[in-house]
Formats: sequence, structure tokens, C-alpha cells
Amino acid sequence: MKRLARKDLLDLESVSAEEIELLLNQAEAFREVAARPVKKVPALRGKTVINLFFEPSTRTATSFHLAAQRLSADVLDIKVADSSVRKGETLLDTVATFEAMDLSVLIMRTSHAGSPALVAANSKASIVNAGDGMHEHPTQALLDLMTLKRRYGRLDGLTVAIVGDVLHSRVARSDTWGLIKLGAKVRLCGPPTMCPSSIGQLWPGAPVTVTHDLREALEGVDAVQMLRLQLERQQRFLFPSTREYSKLYALTTEKLAFAKAGALVMHPGPMNRGLEISSGVADGPQSAITEQVTNGVAVRMAVLYLLAGNEAETA
Amino acid sequence: MSAGRLKTVLLEAQDLDRALTRMAHEILERNRGVEGLALVGIKTRGEVLARRLAARIAKIEGLAQAPAVGSLDVTFYRDDAGARPTRPAAASEVGFSVEGRTVVLVDDVLYTGRTVRAALTALLDYGRAARVQLAVLVDRGLRELPVRADFVGKNVPTSARERVQVQLSEVDSEDGVKIYEGDGGEA
Repeated sequence: MKRLARKDLLDLESVSAEEIELLLNQAEAFREVAARPVKKVPALRGKTVINLFFEPSTRTATSFHLAAQRLSADVLDIKVADSSVRKGETLLDTVATFEAMDLSVLIMRTSHAGSPALVAANSKASIVNAGDGMHEHPTQALLDLMTLKRRYGRLDGLTVAIVGDVLHSRVARSDTWGLIKLGAKVRLCGPPTMCPSSIGQLWPGAPVTVTHDLREALEGVDAVQMLRLQLERQQRFLFPSTREYSKLYALTTEKLAFAKAGALVMHPGPMNRGLEISSGVADGPQSAITEQVTNGVAVRMAVLYLLAGNEAETA
Repeated sequence: MSAGRLKTVLLEAQDLDRALTRMAHEILERNRGVEGLALVGIKTRGEVLARRLAARIAKIEGLAQAPAVGSLDVTFYRDDAGARPTRPAAASEVGFSVEGRTVVLVDDVLYTGRTVRAALTALLDYGRAARVQLAVLVDRGLRELPVRADFVGKNVPTSARERVQVQLSEVDSEDGVKIYEGDGGEA
């Protein structure tokens, strides 16, 4: 495949394996840019990129901001607390205002699943979903795939466990879509309230298994993605106590021993140290957590770069 | 790639080989040896040519180690980068410091000069080279920017309707340079 023939990146469900490979290869070229004395290329000179975040985010917003800057785009961060949305403006009116200022790419983070798709259908600009409710977070999955691919050289044939609140996690959903498309097997694990046995039905026929037992999930895996416990949300009602959760589902050095020797440990951040992951594991030799952050900038550069030429024409 | 109609074979494999040998000698003569010399090829075929020139220079000088070779993908720096849809770019590889070095940029065909302009900008992002020289296998004229090559394998006046195709055995089936008619310019 020569080019990315789409206007928006809303999910990984509708993205082909070929498109994912194209994005990952492009991201590799941007890893090289990050290693140069001048970490900036003029590829998006004159383009405007807006980060519109309705939910707090440090890492994703910063990563997108840096990615846009390293491509020489003009970039604006809009936090909803400062915007007219607070004054009652509708989302589509807000976006129409940006468009009147010649917006090329709009990056959106919202708690409402599907709102990036609504905007995409009503805007000439390219829309990138930076997380919408419990739906998807495609760039997080791309950076996870890149981290795995850089370590193993391929995704095909790998087995990856995703542990935690799978049901409410957009990261788990996007990761699973990406992994199965590239030929990996997925094991989803968490307490029944967070990882019901029926969740596998989201991917009918795909090599996705569900278990409530961490040891079973980890047995012989090539990598494990530990999801964040979102204590600020209603999750505290989903398990009796954080101590019990930790005892059963936290990744510690002893539990990691069930995985393949040298298995990669990932976490989308920010971590609750001592809760879903022990410091020994997070800072240990198998941790790829900082590598994920580095790859995140490269992946987002690739997404912005390959989408930025596609606005309007296909709209 | 639609080939168009073959007009001429500009260089046969042997001609190409001789041209590279002469260019290697010229690079050595101009720079009085290999001290501080590095070659940076513009992807894809410029990189292949840079490797061949480096090997040839090493052979002429009897060096155990060839001069440093790097490669640039200049897609991010093109002045038509905003044109849609965007084309993917490969990674550049400059595994040495260009600071204070004499860098010979290498490309297969010199045409409008826009690729070389982009390559100069890209190269400067790696540091301040002492000087930059340009080596091309074929100079086909029709410049749109004030760019001139220091080392040229073959000069050939062409029209914009023609296409100059350089083939190198590392990436193509054989060595040679051909001119096709009726299929707009490339490189």
C-alpha cells in the first residue's frame, strides 16, 4: 500500500492490517527523526492542528502536541474548561468555528463514545480520535503495536494478555482490534464485573479468550498490557476493595514469572503503583512503559502526517 | 510505473561503471583524499550510488575502511509535501556526525533541483557540515532552482516530456540508464 486513503482515524475496528502496517512503518521513520539533533521536519508547515480535550489528559495531549510541533504544524490546545462549549455552544458549532480558521486536523478526546465520528461526518477536517468514552483509543493501540513490533519484529503469532477493567477500557478494545488484525492472539483478564465472559463476543471468530484468573492469563504470554484502575470513575463499586483487587490482579514479579521469560510489560499510564502494577515490575528490566511513551510521539506523527494531506478531498 | 516508449539507452552497465570510477577519482582529487569525507545518498538509488562510490574510493586509495555513508529520505522536506494525498517516507540513516565534515550528496538524476534543495535542508538538521558537494549520475538539465552538481556521470539535455530511468542491480534487475518518451518527468 502506498498511501493512507482515509480522512479520519476514529477506531482500529475499521482500519485494515495493511493500513496499520503502513502507519507503523511510517512511525519507524519518525523514530529516526526523534534521534536527530534537530527533531523537527517541515512536512506539515502551514497546517493547523487543534487538540480538543473534553477530558483531562496529560500524556496523550502532550504527545499529540509534540508530534504536531515536530512536523512544523501550528498547534493549539483547547481544554473544555476554557472553551465556548461551557457557554452552551454545540460541538458541531465549535468545530465549524475551527474550520473557519482553516483547520487541517482535529484531535478529540471525549467521554461520549461516537462523538468523533459525528464530527468527522460533518467536517472537512481530518478527525483523530484520542479516546471516546468506552469505545476506542486508536493511537494508544498503534503505539502498543509499535512497541511489540520493535521488540519481536512481528505481531503474527504472539500472545498478549490484557488485564484489568477490560469492559470499560477503550484501550483494551483498540488494542484487541489491532492485535487480532495483525495475527496476534489476545487473552482478556479481570474480575467478572470488569471482564465478563461474554466480552469475547465483540470479536466473533477471532482468537480472543477471556479468563478471570491472572495466572491462567499470563501462562506463556509474550507480553502483557496492564490497564489502569480508574478510581476516579465508578470503578470502586466493581470490586470489594483495592487490596483484594491488588491481591488477585496486580502484576508483581512473582506473577510475571508465569509469562514467557523476558515477556514485555506494558501500561498505557498513568500508573497506580502498588495497585495494578508493582514498582518492581514497572521499573524492572521487562518494562516497556517508557518505550511506549517514546513510540507514542512517533506513531502520532505518522497519523498526523499521513492524514494531513487527505482533508476535504475525500470529505 | 508506466514506462512510455524507450528512446535511448543512455548508459550501458559498463558505461555506468566507468562513469562511477571517474567520479570517484574526481571526488578524491577535489578533496585531496578522504580526510573528513562522507557520502550521503538520497533514497533510493542515490544511496546505492553513494555506497558504490565509497567502495570505489576505498579501492583507489587502498583503504581498509570505506568513507562513511549515510542516506536521506527527503519526503518530509519536499516543497510539495502538502500536496495530497501524502506519500509515506522511509527512515533516513545518518549514523555519523556531519559536523565539520565534507559531505558529498549523491543522487541518480539531477532535474528540477527541488530534491537537492530538500536534501540540503534535511542534511543541515543533522549538523553543520564544513562543505557540501553534489554528485549525480545523470544531469538532465531543466532546472527550476539555482542548483549545480560538482560531479556528473553524464550530461544529457532532455525535454520535460521525457523520463530518465536509472537502474541499479541492487534494487533493479540490471545496471543502466534509459530515456523514455511521452511519460512526464521523474526525480
